[in-house]
Amino acid sequence: MQRRTLLAGSCAGLLATMTATRLAFAQAPTQNRFVFVFLRGALDGLHALVPYADADFRRLRPRLAQAPDSVLDLDGYFGLDAALAPLLPWFQAGELALLPAVATRYRERSHFDGQALLENGTASPSGARDGWLNRAILALNAGDRRLGLALGPSVPLILQGAAPVQSWSNEHLPDLDEGFLSRLGIVYRGDPAFDAAFRAAQGTPQPDLSGMAEGTDNFTFAARAAGDILAHDAGPRIAVMQIDGWDTHVNQTGRLTNQFARLSEGLLMLRQSLGAAWGQSVVLVASEFGRTVAENGAGGTDHGTGGLAMLAGGAVRGGRIVGDWPGLSDRALHEGRDLAAPNAIEALFKAVLIGHMGLSPALADSVVFPGSAGIAPLEGLLRA
Amino acid sequence: MRSAATFTALNRFGLGAGPGDDARVGSDPQGWLAAQVGASPLPDLLAPFRSADAILTGINAARNSGGGEARALATQAAMQDDYRPELLARAAQFVTAEAALTERLVLFWSNHFTVSTARRQIAAAIPAYEREAIRPLVYGRFADMLRAVVRHPVMLTYLDNPFSLGPDSAEGRRRQSRGAGAVTLNENLAREVLELHTLGVDGGYAQDDVIQFALALTGWSHGGLRRGDADEAHGRFLFVAPQHQPGPKRVLGRLYPESGEGEGLAILDDLARHPSTAQHLATKLVRHFVADAPPPEAVAQIARLFQDTDGDLAEVTRALIALPQAWADPLAKVKSHHEFLIAVHRAGGQGAPGPQHYIAPLRLLAAEPFSAPSPQGWGDTAAHWLGPESLMIRVEWARHFAGRLGTLAARQLMEDSIGAVSRDVTRTWVYRAPSQDAGRAMVFASPEFQRR
Repeated sequence: MQRRTLLAGSCAGLLATMTATRLAFAQAPTQNRFVFVFLRGALDGLHALVPYADADFRRLRPRLAQAPDSVLDLDGYFGLDAALAPLLPWFQAGELALLPAVATRYRERSHFDGQALLENGTASPSGARDGWLNRAILALNAGDRRLGLALGPSVPLILQGAAPVQSWSNEHLPDLDEGFLSRLGIVYRGDPAFDAAFRAAQGTPQPDLSGMAEGTDNFTFAARAAGDILAHDAGPRIAVMQIDGWDTHVNQTGRLTNQFARLSEGLLMLRQSLGAAWGQSVVLVASEFGRTVAENGAGGTDHGTGGLAMLAGGAVRGGRIVGDWPGLSDRALHEGRDLAAPNAIEALFKAVLIGHMGLSPALADSVVFPGSAGIAPLEGLLRA
Repeated sequence: MRSAATFTALNRFGLGAGPGDDARVGSDPQGWLAAQVGASPLPDLLAPFRSADAILTGINAARNSGGGEARALATQAAMQDDYRPELLARAAQFVTAEAALTERLVLFWSNHFTVSTARRQIAAAIPAYEREAIRPLVYGRFADMLRAVVRHPVMLTYLDNPFSLGPDSAEGRRRQSRGAGAVTLNENLAREVLELHTLGVDGGYAQDDVIQFALALTGWSHGGLRRGDADEAHGRFLFVAPQHQPGPKRVLGRLYPESGEGEGLAILDDLARHPSTAQHLATKLVRHFVADAPPPEAVAQIARLFQDTDGDLAEVTRALIALPQAWADPLAKVKSHHEFLIAVHRAGGQGAPGPQHYIAPLRLLAAEPFSAPSPQGWGDTAAHWLGPESLMIRVEWARHFAGRLGTLAARQLMEDSIGAVSRDVTRTWVYRAPSQDAGRAMVFASPEFQRR
């Protein structure tokens, strides 16, 4: 049997006491899918969506700026780094929108506080102890159906909270037998934290990973699993994936070339494994903040402000670079060093949650992103 | 196990309870712990290993003679010959130490001053870094540990400082003459020392302080980066004057006149004494030894003592042991993945674990030693360690490992490891287990065992 599945009928006496096994395969509030991909470590957005035709860009990055003819032009000013070439067809097909110069309400430069804000959805690192996606799931269906899926062995803050979520990781240990699981469920009942984690683990769907080669990158593995699980009618609707390795203080070009290849490969796998559900999907890629516009002395960049978000999927009205662009002149830079961030990332999150997942705008402003009523959802990002 | 206090002494302050531990703790758990405070001599198990200097010198010399490929090969060899054997010896020390307070403190401070094998240049020397800069000082002055850590080639490299050039230094001018507008300063080390190691993110510093501190630290490097003769390939701290920004620096309102290497030392000493540092460290320590939500009065008490004793970590440790709040709820904390594995091995009584029962499960849990995803280190609350997937991996591994413990009786295991805090429901289902190994697995999987 599959280790996370406790089948009714066996160990009936014990199971009668285990309400956790009632896996809610109830009607989901929506057929739409949302995948959040978190690039931890602060992606240098300017290295991905390159303002290659900008003289200031070349001036501030004498060593780091890509050769103009290597950049994949999008609109004569911006282009994609060559290592993101696999995503170019998405942009051309209108399934990829790019939002540069974007940030949370955070304006300091700590990874950890920056990540906390991006995940807790408030205006302060300690503003909430749960994640905005978890609050959104509660708001969508009061949490009685496990809509959320974390890829990896731990649940990131963005998905932590009162709504139980599922999780999946790529590990190989012998399955537990049903009797042991049943007894364990009883032992955990008196400890709310263990009880909740255990209940959430039950019935996690097992994706089909056939054909995946040994040695495939973890992110691609996770993307395959995420797409496969989300594609099920009865499966979760919202997944969170993450890739580390974006904190490029040193040797940025080599490291980002590698990272972009990993990201592209994983996103392509996600699309493939979502199958027909791709048409109902939005994939949002974001990082905690951006990096300095000028290169540093080590072929890298340091912590900055304005970053880059990407929105992909069959439900996206893409092929566009959206939002305001502040430019790179000395006067335009935030504190004289960072790309400014005229675009609020919460506006993007709200657009997806309201327009794609059906969240009420009032709850988005008050509960999911408290104190954000002044930030309106970005319009026009989704296909009708 | 005679009392909940025994459980607390062995788990909250130690690394788990095994056969014979109850008798060792005796009738005065607090006294037993207090007697461990004072010295942290190098354990015999860690005596055979090379210094970071020797390890890094070997790698640097290989690069100087054979270039990048030779360096990669030398790094690989050092991971095999230095890193991995010491990692396993260190695990053996955690599992077999009879008085494990020192081991817990080593792990706490090592996590506070996190470095990661993701930075390949220094990966092989990371256990040596912990052995040299942290272990000997867990009962010393915090200022001394801070200095030892920040000057260590492993931390300097992990946080990119050797590449940081003062814009007006000789090297910085040279860089700028080659590319106009080039930024030469790297703020990483200065920022993380302020945010993570000392004041804390709300400790009252601004971006200007980060920059000024980073300028003061320019030139803090190590021998390995100089491609000179053999002597310059060493892996020890080196102040490289041509990288150092000349002139006075102002950090947190205080002016530090130009004194080369001395500026960074003076600033570090002042940071170690700053009230925000006392508050930040007290909060982390009380979170570690009392509860995920640290009681403010306990934090205030530890912070005050930290300041009054000029950061004497022996006194601070004694005060943590004496906190009534630390003994109030023996199950307040959830063990980290690493703590859980060590505790299983201590309880199992089979001695030092092989890599397949230590590194392999930690890899499944995405928690291999020295692989924290950021300089912040691993988290220290239940939310970090108790996810659905990670709980099931812990249980599955424990179920698997429980089958390898020979004739160890499940009831005996339960008495030795969680006896005084075990709940009726746990006792019932250990007693009713269909086999000894299923019973042992139930002990390991129980909330009592996974808490501390």
